[in-house]
Amino acid sequence: MRVLAAMSGGVDSSVAAALMAAEGHEVIGVTLKLWEGPGGEAPTAGCCTVSDAEDARRVADQLGIPYYVLDYTDEFRAGVVDRFIADYAAGRTPNPCVECNRVVKFDLLLDQALQLGCDLIVTGHYARVRHANDEYQLLRGVDRAKDQSYVLYMLGQQELARVRFPLGNMSKSRTRDVAAKLGLRTAAKADSQEVCFVGDGDYRTFLRLHAPGGVAPGPILDLDGRVVGRHDGFTDFTVGQRRGLGIAFGEPRYVVEVRPATQAVVVGGAADLLVSGCTVRSPSWVSSPPEAGDRLEVRLRYRSEPVAATVHPIPVLVGAGGSAPALDSAWLVWFDEPRAAVAPGQAAVFYEGDRVIGGGTIVESLR
Amino acid sequence: MLYLDHAATTPMRPRVWEAMAPFASETFGNSSGIHEVSRRAKNALEEARETAADLIGAGPKEIVFTSGGTEADNLAVKGTALSGAGPSGIVVSSVEHEAVLESARFCARLGHLVAVAQVDDQGRVDPASVAELIEDSTVLVSVMAANNETGVIEPVREVVHAVRERMSSVTVHTDAVQAFISEDLDVSDLGVDLLSLAAHKFGGPKGIGLLFVREGTRLEPVAHGGGHELGRRSGTHNVMGAVGMAAAMTEAVKDRDRFRSDVGEARRRFESALTRVLPDLRINAPLDNRLVQHSHVRIPGVRNETVLIRLDRNGVAASSASACQSGANTVSHVLRAMGFSDEEARQCLRFTFGWTTRPDEGEEAARIVLDCLEGLL
Repeated sequence: MRVLAAMSGGVDSSVAAALMAAEGHEVIGVTLKLWEGPGGEAPTAGCCTVSDAEDARRVADQLGIPYYVLDYTDEFRAGVVDRFIADYAAGRTPNPCVECNRVVKFDLLLDQALQLGCDLIVTGHYARVRHANDEYQLLRGVDRAKDQSYVLYMLGQQELARVRFPLGNMSKSRTRDVAAKLGLRTAAKADSQEVCFVGDGDYRTFLRLHAPGGVAPGPILDLDGRVVGRHDGFTDFTVGQRRGLGIAFGEPRYVVEVRPATQAVVVGGAADLLVSGCTVRSPSWVSSPPEAGDRLEVRLRYRSEPVAATVHPIPVLVGAGGSAPALDSAWLVWFDEPRAAVAPGQAAVFYEGDRVIGGGTIVESLR
Repeated sequence: MLYLDHAATTPMRPRVWEAMAPFASETFGNSSGIHEVSRRAKNALEEARETAADLIGAGPKEIVFTSGGTEADNLAVKGTALSGAGPSGIVVSSVEHEAVLESARFCARLGHLVAVAQVDDQGRVDPASVAELIEDSTVLVSVMAANNETGVIEPVREVVHAVRERMSSVTVHTDAVQAFISEDLDVSDLGVDLLSLAAHKFGGPKGIGLLFVREGTRLEPVAHGGGHELGRRSGTHNVMGAVGMAAAMTEAVKDRDRFRSDVGEARRRFESALTRVLPDLRINAPLDNRLVQHSHVRIPGVRNETVLIRLDRNGVAASSASACQSGANTVSHVLRAMGFSDEEARQCLRFTFGWTTRPDEGEEAARIVLDCLEGLL
């Protein structure tokens, strides 16, 4: 088969490409250029640095495969970065990796792969695709510590038929062993951070530089609405956060809610973080949607343990102003046990054991 | 492989390496020494200088060897801007090579005034509007001989005339890096004071270029040091490169008529085969006023990245003329200046023919391009 291997210049995608080449497939390596500095220059930190592309190019050369850099900066800015900024401005905590996968890797890149005559795209994600009973299943990666199925929940049957994750059955240490054995220059390269375009600084600095109008300072309130402090920008806070509040209390205080309309950050005790459910918008299902009342496990953050839950669909009409409303759907998710720090904007991903059923974006928590 | 990216670089001509080879071995001397080995190197260097000067109608003292076109452009722009006391003015066209634009931007950061002359939708500057940008402080006007992306030929002679009418003291520079292989260039005919060339664009080695500096032109060196090149560019001479450059210039000038005829025929066949099948295809330069080797086209609805990769998979090397350091396609400032939207710019492809091109390769290239467009239109 001819396959398009997305190569970031890291060890995972290097090995993924190498394994496909070793299986005898015709591999074309590509690096996605997703982000650049204000003057169009390559970033020096984070992803898309010149040295990352250089690493990928050298690995491709070592594997004897052709290599190209594809420019998706416009699409990435519009579909991922602008949305990231807008989400924070709306008091949400976005997951840009999910959007990048949805908008760039498994949509535009997949199209590009087909246009280049490739049958599949290959990435270094730690997740498994299984074809069973006439359908494709998406499963957690064998290496539980590295499992990336959470950020892949948007893959449906069409996409899964055309992707391959060669590392899904491997542990990270095995990946590094393979890389070392093949003498790949990326074998010992450090793992990349989560939000690639933020670069050296944290996302708070990024928002100060890139959010139109900057960030808004405002009050810190307790649950009774009393002002207990001030903050420099509500986008610095995410639900469940304890650090950076700059206020002294007898017991630990956590961010319970961010209210962009009044630029307020609401704090409470650990018990106040607990919620019994959430609503999830714009869901996407690997195969078919669950039935009302189905029992699933739901993961509410990338690195959190799933919680058992019951799900119920609720149809909603969306569409503002003069535009014709479209039928979206939302789901009510009731946890078996209350969970802390459920942040709107994060993905809620549904599992049945190792299998990903689907997922969506958390809209609000239900107390 | 069908190599159609000759504007990026073109293979060395056979005679060139022959001329250079001795300077990679027995004639290794530093041209600044007093002994025999040095003397032989020095003589070869000066002979190369005379040859190069002669081929553009200049005198040998007016030739400054550089490391290539970029350095020549840097020396022209920065060297002129820095030659006066205090801030001065620079006028550049919006479609200049990055070496000129970035040098001008650097000067702007130092406090010099930079004015940018816009181009029409064909990428041409208007000499009168260039002249209008001249102010009392202006010391330099830089307009390229032909654009490296689209191949459009700029009215340099007319620019010189208009500039001189407005203010005779202004130095005029032209970047002739892309034009030399196919255009007759004579510095007195053009009337310019500074002219940049790069050897690898016409069959010489990489890493060598020159700046013609008309006698009496004020120029501050950019590379200071031992005072080589009459103080205008210090650094141990690249004798082998200079010899190669002179040999390549000789070959290129000798070969120009044949080049124009063969390459012109290849391009004619290429473009007519394409336009027969693709009525929407646009050629992004005035048909009667572009370098004979350039075919810069836009195919509406097709993203160039996809086509370029398909072409590479099928043995055709072409380009979009605008790549960043990582190798990604970027949107070209030249096309933006011509009024292209980003989307339109991403539909553009540059095919450039060269001295190794045979006329029948035009049809062959068109056939492969059409194959590679399958399913994309």
